[in-house]
Amino acid sequence: MATTMTEAHAHGAHADDHELSFVRKYVFSTDHKIIGIQFLFMSLFFLMVGGLLAAIMRWQLAYPTDPAHPLPGGGLFPETMVNAGIILPEFYNSAVTMHGTIMIFFAIMPLLVGVFANYLIPLQIGAPDMAFPKLNMASFWTALPAGLIMLAGFFVEGGHSGAGWTQYAPLSADPEWTGVYAGQQLWLISMIILGFSSLMGAVNYITTVINMRAPGMTWFRLPLPTWALFITAILILLAIPVLTGALIMLLFDQTIGTTFFAAATGGEPLLWQHMFWFFGHPEVYILILPAMGFVSEIIAAGSRKPVFGYNAMVLAIIGIAFIGWLVWGHHMFQSGMNPTLGVSFMVTTMIIAVPSAIKVFNWMGTMWRGDLHFHTPMLHAVTFVAMFVIGGLSGVFVASTPVDIFLHDTYFVVAHLHYVLFGGSLFAIFGAIAFWYPKMFGRMMNPTLGKVHFWLTLLFFNLVFFPMHNLGIAGMMRRIYDFTQYEFLAPFQGLQIFISWSAFLLIASQGIFAFNFLYSLFKGERAPQNPWHANSLEWTAAPSPPPHGNFAGTPRVYRGPYEYSHPEGPADFWPQNEPGPVAPAPEPVPAE
Amino acid sequence: MGWLPEAVSTFADQIDGIFYLILAITGVIFVAVEAGLLYFAIKYRHREGRKAYHTHGNTRVEVVWTAIPAVLVVLIGVLSVPPWLEIRSPDRIPDGAYVVDMMASQFEWNASYVGPDGQMGTDDDVTQRNQLHIPVGRPVVVTLRSEDVIHSFFLPEFRVKQDAVPGMETPVWFQATRTGEFTLACAELCGTGHTRMGGRVIVHSAEDFDAWLLAEGAGPPLEARLASTNDQP
Amino acid sequence: MTTNAAVLDRGGMDATEVGMGVYNMKLGMWVFLLSEVMFFTSLIGSYIILRAAHPEMFAQPGEVLAVNLTAFNTFLLICSSVTMVLAFAAIERGDQAKLKMWLVFTALIGMGFLGVQVYEYIELSSHGFVPSVEGYEAAGAPLYGSTFYTMTGFHGFHVFVGVLALWYLVIQAFRGKYTANDHGAVEITGLYWHFVDLVWIILFTIVYLI
Repeated sequence: MATTMTEAHAHGAHADDHELSFVRKYVFSTDHKIIGIQFLFMSLFFLMVGGLLAAIMRWQLAYPTDPAHPLPGGGLFPETMVNAGIILPEFYNSAVTMHGTIMIFFAIMPLLVGVFANYLIPLQIGAPDMAFPKLNMASFWTALPAGLIMLAGFFVEGGHSGAGWTQYAPLSADPEWTGVYAGQQLWLISMIILGFSSLMGAVNYITTVINMRAPGMTWFRLPLPTWALFITAILILLAIPVLTGALIMLLFDQTIGTTFFAAATGGEPLLWQHMFWFFGHPEVYILILPAMGFVSEIIAAGSRKPVFGYNAMVLAIIGIAFIGWLVWGHHMFQSGMNPTLGVSFMVTTMIIAVPSAIKVFNWMGTMWRGDLHFHTPMLHAVTFVAMFVIGGLSGVFVASTPVDIFLHDTYFVVAHLHYVLFGGSLFAIFGAIAFWYPKMFGRMMNPTLGKVHFWLTLLFFNLVFFPMHNLGIAGMMRRIYDFTQYEFLAPFQGLQIFISWSAFLLIASQGIFAFNFLYSLFKGERAPQNPWHANSLEWTAAPSPPPHGNFAGTPRVYRGPYEYSHPEGPADFWPQNEPGPVAPAPEPVPAE
Repeated sequence: MGWLPEAVSTFADQIDGIFYLILAITGVIFVAVEAGLLYFAIKYRHREGRKAYHTHGNTRVEVVWTAIPAVLVVLIGVLSVPPWLEIRSPDRIPDGAYVVDMMASQFEWNASYVGPDGQMGTDDDVTQRNQLHIPVGRPVVVTLRSEDVIHSFFLPEFRVKQDAVPGMETPVWFQATRTGEFTLACAELCGTGHTRMGGRVIVHSAEDFDAWLLAEGAGPPLEARLASTNDQP
Repeated sequence: MTTNAAVLDRGGMDATEVGMGVYNMKLGMWVFLLSEVMFFTSLIGSYIILRAAHPEMFAQPGEVLAVNLTAFNTFLLICSSVTMVLAFAAIERGDQAKLKMWLVFTALIGMGFLGVQVYEYIELSSHGFVPSVEGYEAAGAPLYGSTFYTMTGFHGFHVFVGVLALWYLVIQAFRGKYTANDHGAVEITGLYWHFVDLVWIILFTIVYLI
């Protein structure tokens, strides 16, 4: 049944498909699925760029200004960046800045939101498209130019911004302090434009989820990815404008001579930090909540069991999002901020650990007494839990204000953030891509390559980032071009070399994923409509891939999305749109 | 290798104590969760004929695993407050602490000591680059300032860290427990020379410190200095 | 139940259900305005914080700014909200003529507001009240200029965008595009316009009167 549908010419809504030119259909498309896939290609490209920048950083950290170990390929760079194989401090600081900026804003965030909010929301709620398809198209075509402007900063005189992705003023506000002129302005302009793209998306996602759910799709029958993406969209809606305000103020300080952050003329450097982190902390929840949603979905489907504590999971998402507005000062414990304020931020930060803990236990509860199928998505989703726990627990250390005195701005924080962003979000993204790839492209990704990529990534990821806890505990500072200048750090060069080579192997392993992704587009096994035997509407009511308009008729929803292994049914899944008390007869289980 | 540096200040042990408490609590949770995941992954893996147990959850267990983490984090938070306030509250800076003015700039630390007139900020102050001389066993308060961008005054062995923000004067106090030479580093990205903003902290015995001050042309002997700094803001 | 084609064409709204015609667009506009609240809060909030931290760097109301002229300008903008409401009421009852008239008035008054603002900016900067540190010669300090021009400038930019939208509505109205049953664009532009007016009232109070 499903295989003949891959050409996606179901009856109904898209009679005008034949009239659409290639450009209207695949370039300037208003179809949420195409836009999601456009974000996918764009973000994977930027993920590679971010990885390359990390490699450059790791080379410097392994062999700080060591003429015996010139940067491989250093000759490709201009002398203002890499001179005789030696990475210059200016370029190192730019690499640090841009690695963070690109990974957060042009890789992880669009991978989680631009891709999956766009792709999944209408399908999972039973809608034919987003509320505002043209606005959706504008959202992608704003993000891509923003990305290109960001890349342009590498090619201007003075190089790219070197003030860290956090851009603390006054370092970022006055070119006098960094020697960076146009690069800094391009950074700011790019981020402002990207903000507009995110806002357009957020307005669309929120309106669509509120207004366009299919009949029977009540709030508490929504799949968790949609819940997570909906709450994330609210965070984006409210946080990004604050960042935009701060960016504008910084840009004005840089260009027209205002004095918001310049201490000498009455500005307040700490105001930048407050505004940035008021946005920045919700931002990190933007970077994890969708991942949590995907993990819930995949673990339930992979365990053939309902999500344990669905209501608690929803409340936890909302709780994390809400409390996330009240913790921003924990990035500023050592800033000179009033210590009493520090205590209140510590309290809220400690509290926010609780809903995350609830989620971890509920994921374990979902697996408990399940029927676990460890296909590629499941491997990644379970690993998310294992790695996120480490990241979350390391967060408790820095949440304690006195301990943070020592650990702030050390590699302990670098370890913490990479365990949540890579061990957490990126693993979830790899799992989500493997999971929804069949729906997007009508083909399966190769399972063997998927598993090889998974194990190599898991191994090397831990070899790179776990030792960074130790480096931080030993006191190694962040963003340090040459740690060997410090007597107490010089002994760690062996460990740095170990970490760097693990990192190079980690980055190289991603080639397997890239190959699998591209190869399977053309040669992957044709995907059935519902390869994972899942319950949500994208699997049960639409072919792989779905046509323009998604569904043959408006679906009707009869139950929640996690009725796996229901005692009344002969099959171990029960689609949301299947009426009647008895589940349908089982289909052949996939070979994986 | 890769562990806490030797502790040389009076409050370092308090900070380390909370660090170890958190390590113990998170360590137990870490082992339990990872072992649990591994155990479930193996025990409940798919086998022919296996059927999952259909349940939507259990409210009682939700309450338990909400309450326990909540109690633990509150405990950690409550225990963290006293050391934090002792270290950071301006009104907890010990009376008679010896004052050093520390000006951070791109890319060096300039420590200033009162001159013979006993007043900070006058022409007879003695200023030195990238080294901080202090006496053992006496509280010291460093007034952090910055000439340009944000730097961060980091003494790893003392468990001291405080940002130096332009436009602000931020006091940070500590007391050394032994003599010796220790590390001073900048812990906030401050430009291309951030990496070389290192220095030394030299802790003298009380007599040696007096001698050093005299030799450098800095202020009156320790006792007199302590008496006069009692009047300083 | 709706067919997919009808649902697609109207971006998810069912043309046959009255009131649903603007439902998505209206919800979308409210959601968007929430983000605008955060944006203006960040700018105005910064002003409040900076002023509380450095009161001597700012001037008393009237010392630098032309309160009376701006009060009149505020009155203008409020009038334009009234004309906007009248335009909306007109099309609700299908009165095309009044719709066009009140829309044109709203746009013209909006342009008048902007004109007065531009005039005020020119006057102020010729007296040394500028956003930059360089060339600042007025009472207070450059921080005052920085905050003033940023807040009012972005508000003015929002008015400008609103004026463009209004003229677009005028053109569409003259083409007969709006009916009593289908005038979502008029309603949501009205929402936006009232919001911009509300922000101005807050801004005027905080910046010019306190």
